[in-house]
Amino acid sequence: MLLQSTSLGFAYPGQPSLFFPDFSLSEGEAVLLLGKSGSGKTTFLNLLAGLLKPRQGQVILDGTVLSSLQGHRLDLFRGQHIGIVFQKPHLIAALTVKQNLELAQFLSKKKGGSFADLLQGLGIANKASAAVGTLSEGEAQRVSIARALINTPKLILADEPTSSLDDEHARLVISLLKGEAAKIGAALVIVTHDQRVKSEVSMVLELKSA
Amino acid sequence: MNLLTLSWKYLSFRPLATGLNVILLAFGLAIITVLLLVQHQFEQKMIRDAAGIDLVVGAKGSPLQLILSSVYHIDFPTGNIKIEEAQRISRSRLVKQVIPLAMGDNVQGLRILGTNHDYLDLYGVKFAAGKAWEKPFEVTLGAESAQILGLKLGDTFSGSHGISVGSHDHDQHAFHVTGILEPSGKVVDRLVLTSIESVWFTHDEAGEAEPDTMIEGDEVSIAKEEESLAEGIDPHLLPVAAQGFPVSDAEREVTTLLIRYRNPMAAIQLPRMINSGTSMQAASPAFEMSRLFELLGVGISLLQGLALALVVIAGLSIFIALYNSLKERKYDLAILRTLGASRAQLVTLVFLEGISLTILGAIFGIAFGHGFLALIVEFASQEVVSLVDPWIFLPEEGLIFGYALVVGIIASLIPAWSAYQTSIAKQLTKT
Repeated sequence: MLLQSTSLGFAYPGQPSLFFPDFSLSEGEAVLLLGKSGSGKTTFLNLLAGLLKPRQGQVILDGTVLSSLQGHRLDLFRGQHIGIVFQKPHLIAALTVKQNLELAQFLSKKKGGSFADLLQGLGIANKASAAVGTLSEGEAQRVSIARALINTPKLILADEPTSSLDDEHARLVISLLKGEAAKIGAALVIVTHDQRVKSEVSMVLELKSA
Repeated sequence: MNLLTLSWKYLSFRPLATGLNVILLAFGLAIITVLLLVQHQFEQKMIRDAAGIDLVVGAKGSPLQLILSSVYHIDFPTGNIKIEEAQRISRSRLVKQVIPLAMGDNVQGLRILGTNHDYLDLYGVKFAAGKAWEKPFEVTLGAESAQILGLKLGDTFSGSHGISVGSHDHDQHAFHVTGILEPSGKVVDRLVLTSIESVWFTHDEAGEAEPDTMIEGDEVSIAKEEESLAEGIDPHLLPVAAQGFPVSDAEREVTTLLIRYRNPMAAIQLPRMINSGTSMQAASPAFEMSRLFELLGVGISLLQGLALALVVIAGLSIFIALYNSLKERKYDLAILRTLGASRAQLVTLVFLEGISLTILGAIFGIAFGHGFLALIVEFASQEVVSLVDPWIFLPEEGLIFGYALVVGIIASLIPAWSAYQTSIAKQLTKT
């Protein structure tokens, strides 16, 4: 298995504990985490990304227990092996499209990923030198997907990637994520409350409110 | 891509804020640069020009004025002294060397200084062309004087009466250029050097000098000169004194004496002897210049305080700019962490931004400082200002980068700590 999440539990100070279902994914597989607001979807995603430390249980990615990594080793592992797509693109506005991708490569210390091919595949090859501020919302979201994929991660996490998009673009983004994840052999976890994308992914996990 | 590039991209993304902060800091550092340049060059120049002169003797008046007029040639002389009295001092066992100076004329504001060849040796001059004066009305031009006057060997010109421009011309006797000096960076560069006899003879011309400006004894010397002419000897063709005092039967005057002591005891005895036992005054260049620097020091300290206040304000402004920009970029920082950046890298990024701003401020500050000084030198009418070279770069200017670095580090401390504390999960959950 590429990704395993077992007995994960977490609690914010002064709030009831959250418990998350076990699941595992192989290379190229995808799972949809559905749930209403407050069900802990984003917390689950943060635990999978190693951004939060679980109170119990563990996340194992390609044989590495995330909670065993500390400090910069965890940061570097995340940069090299986990790609995250956010609800909003959140690109670095001071940089061009190409520079945003180069920054991801620099911070992860991973060389060699061809951003030209990636942008070509995402249909935004002509935007490489464009300033981020000049992109449409759809283009910016594709650039954020490119940034998540540039280091050929083993795990792609997408947090509400379609919530602000219309039906057509929502389907397109999910299709892009699935296609690219399959292409590079990464596990894909999509966290959403958007019921429109339910039919797009075969494996669905529904989180209950605490 | 690296952190330096990223920090620069962030700075250039906010050109107005970045530019204003850089300019604010640059102004403070420019003042420091100007002060450094002026203070250093004046001190160096003052020390260099006074080297080898232990004491200056002249007419009674302000001792500082005596030094400024006789050593640096930037003030009016206090008056003239009788040559007999001057010669008496030169015979003292406490005196090793005396160089007499006679002043009274200028050419286009450049002083015509009557002296002997010891004055050339005092400053270790080298000739770019020609040789030193040997007869009356022969002159040797300092390098800058030659350039300003546009004169070359063999050219002639007339002097004007007085130390500064605007007086009537002495057109009876033209000066003849026999030598031009190489640039030395010393006071001789801006002088027109000739013999003491030239100065005397210029003022001897009948009807030339106005009664109140005639050097004492002129009437007698005119009679003497007329007598020589009657004997068929033109005194203007006789060789001038290359060392010591010129020989004259008339009652003559010189303006000042530059004296070198024979031994350390002279420093105690000679000034006291002259000040109390003669109608002249003696002033020590070293003492008067240290007094002058002390007086100027108050003004310099005030300006330094102003510059420091500007630098502190700039530092505060940079801190506010960094802090506010960081508050706006908290999400960016969280994104950088998800891309693999460590806390240390975020801290480095903030410090790089702060330090880049201040280093830019230092570069512009030094450039502004030199440029501002160049403008002052170009347009100032005071001769003393023209002594400053605005395009000299001092090793001390490296300190300005040091100041800038310290300001950058201090201004970045709190924003960097804030960046270090950024919680990725909390930030990402906020939107």
